[in-house]
Amino acid sequence: MRVVVAEDLSLLRDGLTRMFDAYGFEVVAALEDGAGLVERLVELRPDVAVLDVRLPPTFTDEGLRAAIEARRAVPGLPVLILSQYVEPLYATELLSDRSGGVGYLLKSRVGDVREFVESVRRVAGGGTAFDPEVVAQLLHPRRTGFDQLTPREREVLAVMAEGRSNAAIADRLVITEKSVSNHINSIFAKLDLPPSDEDHRRVLAVLTHLASSPPGP
Amino acid sequence: MNAVVRLLRAGWEGLFGLLLLVAAPFAMPRVRKRVRRLAGTAPTSLWRELTWLATPLGLLLAVFWLDLALAGLMGVGMPLLFALEGDGELWYQWVVVDDLAGAFFAVPVGALMLWVAWRLAPRFVRAEAWRTRRLLAPSLAERVEWLTETRSAALDASALELRRIERDLHDGAQAQLVALSLQLGMAEDMLDRDPTAARGLLLEARAGAEAAMAELRALVHGIHPPVLSERGLGGALEALAVRSGVECEVALRRRLPAPLESALYFTAVELVSNALRHSGASHIAVTVDDGVVLRVTDDGRGGARVEDGSGLRGLQRRLAPFDGVLDVSSPVGGPTVVTVELACASS
Repeated sequence: MRVVVAEDLSLLRDGLTRMFDAYGFEVVAALEDGAGLVERLVELRPDVAVLDVRLPPTFTDEGLRAAIEARRAVPGLPVLILSQYVEPLYATELLSDRSGGVGYLLKSRVGDVREFVESVRRVAGGGTAFDPEVVAQLLHPRRTGFDQLTPREREVLAVMAEGRSNAAIADRLVITEKSVSNHINSIFAKLDLPPSDEDHRRVLAVLTHLASSPPGP
Repeated sequence: MNAVVRLLRAGWEGLFGLLLLVAAPFAMPRVRKRVRRLAGTAPTSLWRELTWLATPLGLLLAVFWLDLALAGLMGVGMPLLFALEGDGELWYQWVVVDDLAGAFFAVPVGALMLWVAWRLAPRFVRAEAWRTRRLLAPSLAERVEWLTETRSAALDASALELRRIERDLHDGAQAQLVALSLQLGMAEDMLDRDPTAARGLLLEARAGAEAAMAELRALVHGIHPPVLSERGLGGALEALAVRSGVECEVALRRRLPAPLESALYFTAVELVSNALRHSGASHIAVTVDDGVVLRVTDDGRGGARVEDGSGLRGLQRRLAPFDGVLDVSSPVGGPTVVTVELACASS
């Protein structure tokens, strides 16, 4: 699998490159700034791009903007955004084009190497990988319909919104897959969303619904 | 168009001001408060405020301007008017129009008047602003007193902030790093004797590192959220809205100096958090416009007041060094509107 890495912190960039090599990925480019990033992404068309939010020259949100633009040029180009902090607003922007293959993780998640590689693979496969912290902030109690969910349903929703499959959710919460799928059907019914089996579509459906709808009474 | 709107508003306020003048003997404090809200300035003397009310230049200029504009419109539309009432004669300014040719002659005159009105509007607005500044701007002595007061308040506030940061770092992240070091040391010790236990400690250590990072993230967010430097005040308020689940409308298109953006942002954070905690509102909204005016509204139970020792008073004190004005409208039963305006940010 071909990966492009863009990270200005050389220690982390080297570490990621080595990690990807060890796990059988091919790092086609390890970039250290945002100049020309969009062009290179479009030109190289990696299977997945792992980008830091903050890159030179301006050290603002180059990485995020490059990701969004590159996905406009190449729809569905899988991108995984890494950041020192999570800002739910950025997550909603990544979701705004409504196609899968998108992720937003805290840099510290890289510490759990196996999980991180799994997230990268999931994003490359068109799925989603959202950091539990950003999910927690998006699944805010004030959102429409959120208060109609039972505590268990909220747990299932939180894990599902990270982008996990039913099997993974069942594993994490120590319940059966059948319970997971029942809970999910109930969640979708309560949020008034059409049911969906595809992992990434349902994440997008739920997160965009919750992130964009104005808080109701 | 903006100048015209402002001129007409100045005229309207001038009219309103005259009414306030009548009410002055009966409700002095209310009147003075209103005057300051209208004029948008810091405290000044009673006589100057009354003089300002009694000389509504804006009203006179607005009336004159309206007359000019309407006359211009009439001139430009004269041929049409004449065609509609063609049998009689029409007066236009000081001339009688009694045939179609004369009617067409009025058109360029009217156009000229409209052009003059267009050019005059910003000048009239400036004249009115000049009057307000002359009458209500604080004297040098008043200004020095104000600056001394707010400067010491600003220094106190920043010293307090630094102590808070030091305490948070000491009790939070630093403590966690110490614990982390301990766990790693023990794991290193046990690695050969009891690898399973060592592994357990390593997992704990990583969890501890995560916790320390989370604390540092929260601390950084409380000092200066990254999104504020990246996206400016508008973007940061949008991010705040997403995080807190409130509505937001941002009409601010430019960047402000960093201290202003920071002050306004943290004011908004506190106002939103007040609304979330105390108002019981179902609908909270944050808006900022190009002026720059920040407004936080909610449809909750109201009753918020700026009292000594209240959070709102604290906000006012923190905004004072920026010549900021915080105004609360919160009748019991709601709705509540808190308006914040920083004089040095206004365009």
